[in-house]
Amino acid sequence: MATTSPVEVEPDLTPDEITLTAKPWVTVVWNDPVNLMSYVTYVFRHYFGYDQKKAEKLMLEVHHDGKSAVSNGSREEMERDVQAMHEYGLWATMEKQ
Amino acid sequence: MSGFTRHRRSGLIIATFSGFEADLMRSLASQLVELLRNEAAVPHEHADPLEAMLSFDGPTTEPEDPVLARLFPTAYADEEAAAEFRRFTEGSLRDGKAAGAATIIDTLEEAGLPPELGEQKVVIDVELDEPTALTWLKTFTDLRLALATRLEIEQDDEAFWRALPDDDPRSQAHDIYEWIGALQETLVDALH
Repeated sequence: MATTSPVEVEPDLTPDEITLTAKPWVTVVWNDPVNLMSYVTYVFRHYFGYDQKKAEKLMLEVHHDGKSAVSNGSREEMERDVQAMHEYGLWATMEKQ
Repeated sequence: MSGFTRHRRSGLIIATFSGFEADLMRSLASQLVELLRNEAAVPHEHADPLEAMLSFDGPTTEPEDPVLARLFPTAYADEEAAAEFRRFTEGSLRDGKAAGAATIIDTLEEAGLPPELGEQKVVIDVELDEPTALTWLKTFTDLRLALATRLEIEQDDEAFWRALPDDDPRSQAHDIYEWIGALQETLVDALH
């Protein structure tokens, strides 16, 4: 007979760390010499629903730092995002945080 | 070149092209369709013919053509995960991009672009609803990625292209690349 015992929450985890374990994967968009800054911003707004300010910030990160983590979530969610970025012609990969 | 604008009353995204411009766009789009369909997704080797028939597996390794490798990047650093991702996504990504390029061709021909552009003067007015405009926007990206990969365009290499003599064939291709880029800029603007 199996009984489920309540899962103990590790008392040392801060709320941030708990979020981190729930959304362990990130979608990374890399800089390329082709895509227009306005287009990349448009894609971040249109696909992720980010506001202009956030979309521009991420676009500038890609442009200046060479890459930016644009979304995070479960592995399945990130596979969906990476595939969508490839549909838009952005160079995207995924990795575990 | 005036590019795309949003028509105030209808809300449609509109643009006017010369026959030459429309014909050039059609030619680029058909080359992209050809490339996407040509280097067939590497078929999987199946020992069992029934299994082969029922398999919808896609390729697991990066395409050899550098344009295709750029259009379908490797998603994971881990080789096995990357192969799995490719197997399930590359086929539909290819189909989607080919369908997008075909949409451009169809729109131009429906707007009056004849199958063979002769001496006749034609003006092509296109009117795109929002989803079609988005398809054009994505396809412009694919066309620019394809041209840029063939031309080996790099970050901040504008001076190199400006210095190229006009009779260098790369110079002409670069002009086309810039033209599609300028068009795309107006399309992003119109969609906002």
